Amino acid sequence: MSGKSLGTASLSPERSGELIGSSVPRVEDTRLLRGEARFIDDIVLPDMLHAVFARSRSAHARIKGVDTAAAKAVPGVHAVLLYADLRPLLTCDRIPLALAAAAVKFDAEPVCLVNDEACYVGEPIALVVADNRRIAEDAAALIEVDYDELPVVTDPHDGLLPGAPRARLDCPDNLTAEHVVKYGDVDRIFGTAAHTFSEQFRMEKGGGFSIEPRGIIARYDAVEDLLTVWNGTQTPHRAKTVMVQTLGLAEHQLRVIAPDVGGGFGPKAVFHPEEIAIPAAALLLRRPIKWFEDRLESFTATVQERRQIWNVEVAFDAAGKLGGIRGRIYHDHGANVPYGVALPYNGITNMIGPYVLPALHLTASLCLTNMVPVAPTRGAGRPQGTFVMERMLDRIARTLDLTRDEVRRRNLIPPEQMPYATPIKQRDGSVMTYDSGDYPQCQRRALAAADWNGFEERRVAALREGRLLGIGLANYVEGTGRGPFESTAIRIGASGQIFVTSGATAQGQGTKTMLAQLAASVFGVSPDRVHVTDGDTAATPLGLGAFASRQAVTAGNAAYLAAQSVAEKAKAVASVMLEVAPEDLELKDGEIRVAGVPKLKKSLAEVARALGGLPGFALPGNMDPGLAAAVDYQPMGMTYTNGTHIAEAEVNPISGAVKIHRYTVVHDCGRMINPMMVEGQVRGGVVHGIGMTLFELMRFDDSGQPLTGTLADYLLPTADVVPRIDIHHMESPSPLNPLGVKGAAESGTIGAPSVVISAIEDALRPLELRITELPILPARLRALIRTAQKAAKHA
Amino acid sequence: MKPSAFTYHAPRTLTEALTLVATLDNARVLAGGQSLMPMMNYRVVQPEHLIDLGRIPELAFVEDTADGLKVGAMTTQRTIERSDVVQKRCPLLIDALFHVGHQQTRNRGTIGGSICHLDPSAELPVTACALDAVLTAASNNGRRKITFADFPAGYLTTSLEPDEILVQIDFGKWPERAGSAFEEYAVRPADFAIVSIATVIALDEGDIVTDARIAAGGIAPVPTRLTNVETMLKGKRVSSALIERAATAAATLPAEGDDMNPAEYRQELAGHLTQRALTKALQRVRASADT
Repeated sequence: MSGKSLGTASLSPERSGELIGSSVPRVEDTRLLRGEARFIDDIVLPDMLHAVFARSRSAHARIKGVDTAAAKAVPGVHAVLLYADLRPLLTCDRIPLALAAAAVKFDAEPVCLVNDEACYVGEPIALVVADNRRIAEDAAALIEVDYDELPVVTDPHDGLLPGAPRARLDCPDNLTAEHVVKYGDVDRIFGTAAHTFSEQFRMEKGGGFSIEPRGIIARYDAVEDLLTVWNGTQTPHRAKTVMVQTLGLAEHQLRVIAPDVGGGFGPKAVFHPEEIAIPAAALLLRRPIKWFEDRLESFTATVQERRQIWNVEVAFDAAGKLGGIRGRIYHDHGANVPYGVALPYNGITNMIGPYVLPALHLTASLCLTNMVPVAPTRGAGRPQGTFVMERMLDRIARTLDLTRDEVRRRNLIPPEQMPYATPIKQRDGSVMTYDSGDYPQCQRRALAAADWNGFEERRVAALREGRLLGIGLANYVEGTGRGPFESTAIRIGASGQIFVTSGATAQGQGTKTMLAQLAASVFGVSPDRVHVTDGDTAATPLGLGAFASRQAVTAGNAAYLAAQSVAEKAKAVASVMLEVAPEDLELKDGEIRVAGVPKLKKSLAEVARALGGLPGFALPGNMDPGLAAAVDYQPMGMTYTNGTHIAEAEVNPISGAVKIHRYTVVHDCGRMINPMMVEGQVRGGVVHGIGMTLFELMRFDDSGQPLTGTLADYLLPTADVVPRIDIHHMESPSPLNPLGVKGAAESGTIGAPSVVISAIEDALRPLELRITELPILPARLRALIRTAQKAAKHA
Repeated sequence: MKPSAFTYHAPRTLTEALTLVATLDNARVLAGGQSLMPMMNYRVVQPEHLIDLGRIPELAFVEDTADGLKVGAMTTQRTIERSDVVQKRCPLLIDALFHVGHQQTRNRGTIGGSICHLDPSAELPVTACALDAVLTAASNNGRRKITFADFPAGYLTTSLEPDEILVQIDFGKWPERAGSAFEEYAVRPADFAIVSIATVIALDEGDIVTDARIAAGGIAPVPTRLTNVETMLKGKRVSSALIERAATAAATLPAEGDDMNPAEYRQELAGHLTQRALTKALQRVRASADT
């Protein structure tokens, strides 16, 4: 079975038992808690050398020369490699990462090492390979690069002005792509609207900063003619494809393994220059080579999200109903395009969220700049789009003297319109259609769970103690489960062990448990009896990996369908072996039993042995050999998760400090496979969103030099600043897949900035202060408060 | 992010350590390593010799003397924080340590290490500044005393000579009828403070201020005594209006800022924290006078 999705197949309850939907412990945790996991830096190979990259210290320069003599002379150094040394091993000058899209004006693909033009601080120029990391760093410090400085671009608006310097001399200008999303009669609506206003939003978003940085080990084995690459990646199959293409290898010569990976959050879905440079160096030197990113490189060499400027105008009627939105977005895309151009597009399409928006005309301009390349981190542009919509709804409420919940209620898509075809035509020409959900009920439940109506009492009580308390509300929708497919195979051998192999790739989110739980539900066994291999191109020929909150939808349904197929086959074979009609058989505890006659049974191991074949004998029932099935599940369309967040925050008007006291989430990701893991994902997402709102800021100066390079400067939300997060669930099953599931990994991030800022504005209500930027660190909030206080004094 | 090569020395006596600092070129003294090791990993500093003071027992002590509290430079922050003697003789130190890093870093970090690193946002130098601590530096030529006011030579720079090691900090006598407080503002708890205020205030039985010490961190490259605010307070009868005036004065002192936390913000915080610290210190004087 492959190729086709079985979108409407239904889940038979007797098979799934109670397992789907129960919070079973994670199968990963025993290894992790015992310290038995093997992350990149735990892998030590015989004869392994260590690599360090010498990186550009200039944000934009022509490289006139690189003197490696002193570095090469350091004892223990095996090689100092430049672009010219690696180029003979490569089939092309640049890493072929361009994704076809109508919006793309020209490609700006990265290089594995700089040839003649460095375009950001941190771009790799030379690769030092030595006996150990310390020696490699010593040598890298001795490399002399002769920079001929060029003008830099550090702002996505200014970079598109006429006469702006070019961020890359090989590109005609800085506008690498432009999206236009347009529907409805925008001009007419703005011409006749009762109210309009415009607003500028300036939003920063940070990086992934997973606890395990990126890392890679490459080993070429001449006996097997096999290059094995251990890569802390979210997308090993794509990495293999790029490596095959760039290094000119055939598929059998390359295996990519994503071992235990300590967090991804987006950046590890992106193919970085090191992923070519290290394998190329291993081929050249015929020694295993390890490179492990250090924290400084997390800031200067790993993709991140950064500035977007949204100039938008909204039209609405006297009742507060949205009429139209129009405007322009300037998006900092960094120095090259390693992962397509969808980030601002996601922001636009996500902006409409759970609301009816009759007309829209937004243009997003993607500007190349001389800073670290930009690619999605958790939320992938959506928190920004949601922020814009939710801030505008709060302002509409204020303009019309409506409550914030009422203005939203008036604009929410009614449940009877589900599935709801939005007016947005997607990049592939299809219509963006919300598959299921009840947005008004979701908001209603959140208001009740957070005691929204009782807040005024809490506000007054706090005021009596001299504390400023505010409450915020936000709704959001997230497109999840992106295709085109994911592959999962299930095989049972003579041991009776259930093996699952999948193109899905885990970075700590519980992917193995999810797959094991689904397979186990079909075979009536405990999930720990299922062995899952993920993230290995030798185990599964095809796969896409982890991004776009997709793996439960795609790999999960593939696992479920494959397990059903294997179970059917096992029953059919057992019916021959037991000489009983298949309908009299049931699958329980991994055994096929005759209903009512528990002693008459065959184990999965026996069936598997029978299907393993004996020389000269036919297989039972003339079945195909092997107790196995593989499914390449192709989702029919995106599944749309939604939620409502409510937060209460206290603002200290003197320091600008914000303390979040209560945080409530009502979340609907369709049918849940493992609620505990869903809650972990939602909670983590919220924390990530709080980080991008109150703490995390990557700074550069006007010359493109990064000013943030440690986790003492880049503040991640720690346990002592994260509030208790109460999570409630709705389950609107998706009609688009057999399990009825939707994705959950990013959605927490999407609502958090909106709701926290809404609460801050509310706490400062008497000041009529509007926050239109992210993040808002204490000094900045204090500056806004100071300005508002001065204005209030003069008024 | 590995340090450049260095030779590690682990002397067992102060004499041995002093000989090493006097004879080795490009050497750094290692105390608790909570700042020095990250700086070495980032290669901000690249010493060729690292002299670990961690195995010299004579440098770690807490001593209650007639002249007040004396603390050995290699005493860990955690030891000080848990010391009953310190609680009795110099409670401001305990208040300050509450804000220093995390328990794990305080287990390693030492008082001398922090004072010699002299980070402008660090709590212990500000405390030493408020208390006019007297520092004892040792070298092969003997010992000398340096008052804290003379100790900083600039940003992250002390006036210790290359052959000297800080061995002891004297915090002096704790005043009679005194209360103290340490208040700071950091974005997250345990982060580097943006501004911090350490204060000790003593009153006579008629509520007249007999002693007032206020030091600020985060408004200048080195800890700063707010002497004019202290002068405003001394000899006056305490009142909320007086504290208010002191806070206003603290908020108008010159401050140095940066892009993230501009001078104006730091001044406002200095005023706010001065008010909070004085109020708390005053409450403590009264609480101790009541008992």
